[in-house]
Amino acid sequence: MRTPLPNDPARRALLACALATGATLALSGAALALTGAEASRLIDQVVGDINRVINSGRSEAQMLPEFERIFARYADVPIIARSALGVAARSASAAQMRAFSEAFQGYISRKYGRRLREFIGGELIVREVRPVRDFYEVRTTAALRGQAPFEVVFLVSDRSGRNLFFNIFIEGVNMLATERTEIGALLDQRRGNLDALIADLRRMG
Amino acid sequence: MLPLSPFAKPLSRRFVPAVALVLLAGCAAPIPSGISDPHEAQNRAVHRGNIALDRNVVRPAAMAYGRTVPWPVRTGIGNFASNLALPGAVINSLLQLRPGDAAQNTTRFLVNSTIGLGGLLDPATRMGAARIDTDFGETLHVWGVAEGSYMELPLLGPSTGRDALGTVVDLVLSPTARLPNTEQREGAGGVAVLSGLGTRYERSNLIDSLLYESADSYAQTRQTYLENRRFNLRRGAEPDYFDPYEDPYEDPTAQ
Repeated sequence: MRTPLPNDPARRALLACALATGATLALSGAALALTGAEASRLIDQVVGDINRVINSGRSEAQMLPEFERIFARYADVPIIARSALGVAARSASAAQMRAFSEAFQGYISRKYGRRLREFIGGELIVREVRPVRDFYEVRTTAALRGQAPFEVVFLVSDRSGRNLFFNIFIEGVNMLATERTEIGALLDQRRGNLDALIADLRRMG
Repeated sequence: MLPLSPFAKPLSRRFVPAVALVLLAGCAAPIPSGISDPHEAQNRAVHRGNIALDRNVVRPAAMAYGRTVPWPVRTGIGNFASNLALPGAVINSLLQLRPGDAAQNTTRFLVNSTIGLGGLLDPATRMGAARIDTDFGETLHVWGVAEGSYMELPLLGPSTGRDALGTVVDLVLSPTARLPNTEQREGAGGVAVLSGLGTRYERSNLIDSLLYESADSYAQTRQTYLENRRFNLRRGAEPDYFDPYEDPYEDPTAQ
C-alpha cells in the first residue's frame, strides 16, 4: 500500500470519478422534479380511491364509471393509448387520436374494473419507491383473500406536466405491452381501419 | 507454480466440477426482452389443440371439481401436491448454488410434513418459510443457458426451448417419480392432476380472459407467459423498463 501523491494519476482518476458521480447525482436530482414521496402518495391515493369504490357495496354497473374517473384522474391516458396503438398512431389524425384515447379510456376501465372485484377485502401496500431514469418505480404488495401475496408495480412520471402513472406490472405482466398486443390484434381484425376500431372499443371491455 | 504431488490429479478431478459450477453460477444467461418465435405456425396449431382440450375437457373438469369439492379439501390437496414437489425444488436450489432457498424449502418440507399433517396443511408459511418456486429450467438459466425460442407444448402449454428441457428433466428426476411402488407413483400423479384442476378453477377469471376473451389468444398467452417467467427469473432485479415518453411508437414487448 502507498499513499497517492498530489500529482499521482491514480489520485486524479479517483477525483475525476468522484466529481463525475457527484455531478451525475446532482443532474439526476435536477431532472427529477417529481419526488419519491409524491410518487408513493399518488399510488396511495389510487389504491385508496379504488378501495372506497370496491367496498361501497354498489353494483358493477355503478362501479365501472367510478373506475373510469379514477383511471382518468391518476393515469396518463393519452400516452398509454398512444403506446397501445403503436405505429398506427403515427398516421392517425389529431381528431382520431382524441377519439381513440377517449374510447380506450372507457374500454380499459371496464376491462380492468371488472377484474378489480377480486380485490374485495384485500389490500395493496406500497413497499418501495425507487427512481429509474426520469421516472419512479413504486413497488406494492397485493394481499388478497385466500391467495399468496403478489407484486404489483406502478411506474409514475411527471412528463405529462402532472404526476401520473403510465404503466402497471402484475407479477411482471405489464399493461402497456398487453394492450399493445390486444389493440394490434383488434386493428388487424379490422384490416387496419382505426375508425372501426374506435367505434367498437366504445362497447368493448 | 504448484508443486507436483501424487494428490494433484485426483484433487483437481474432484474440484473441477465444483469450480465449474461456481463459474456457471456467476454467468446466468441474460434475460432477453423481445420475443423469438421462429416456429409460430406450428405453435399456433398446438395452441388450437390446447384450446380445444381446455374447452372440452380441462375447463369443464376444473369447474366440476371446484363446484363439488369444498374449498378446504381443495386447499388440502393443493398443499399436499405442493409439498410433494418440494424435494425437487430443493435439489434445483442446490444446483443453482442458492443454499438459502434450499434451506427454506427444506424447513418448509419438514414442518408441513409433520405439524402440517403430511403436507395437507401449510403452517410453514405463517412461520416464515413461504414456498420458493423453482425448477430445472431456472437451474439451466443460472448455469448460463439462453432462453431459446418460444414453444407451446401440447397439454402443458406455453414454454421456451430451455424451459421445455427443464420440464422433462424435472419430470424424470422428480423424487415422486422414484417412489418404490406403482400405487404411490399413481397416487402422487393423481394428486398433481387434482391440484392442477384446482388452480385452473381458482384462476378461471384470468385464464378465461386470456384464452377466450382476447383478440389473439395465442399472442396474448405468449406475451403473458414470457413476461411472467422472466419476472420470476429476475428475482426482484429491476427490468429495463420501456419508457413510452421516449418513443411511444416503439414496441413495449421489446423492452
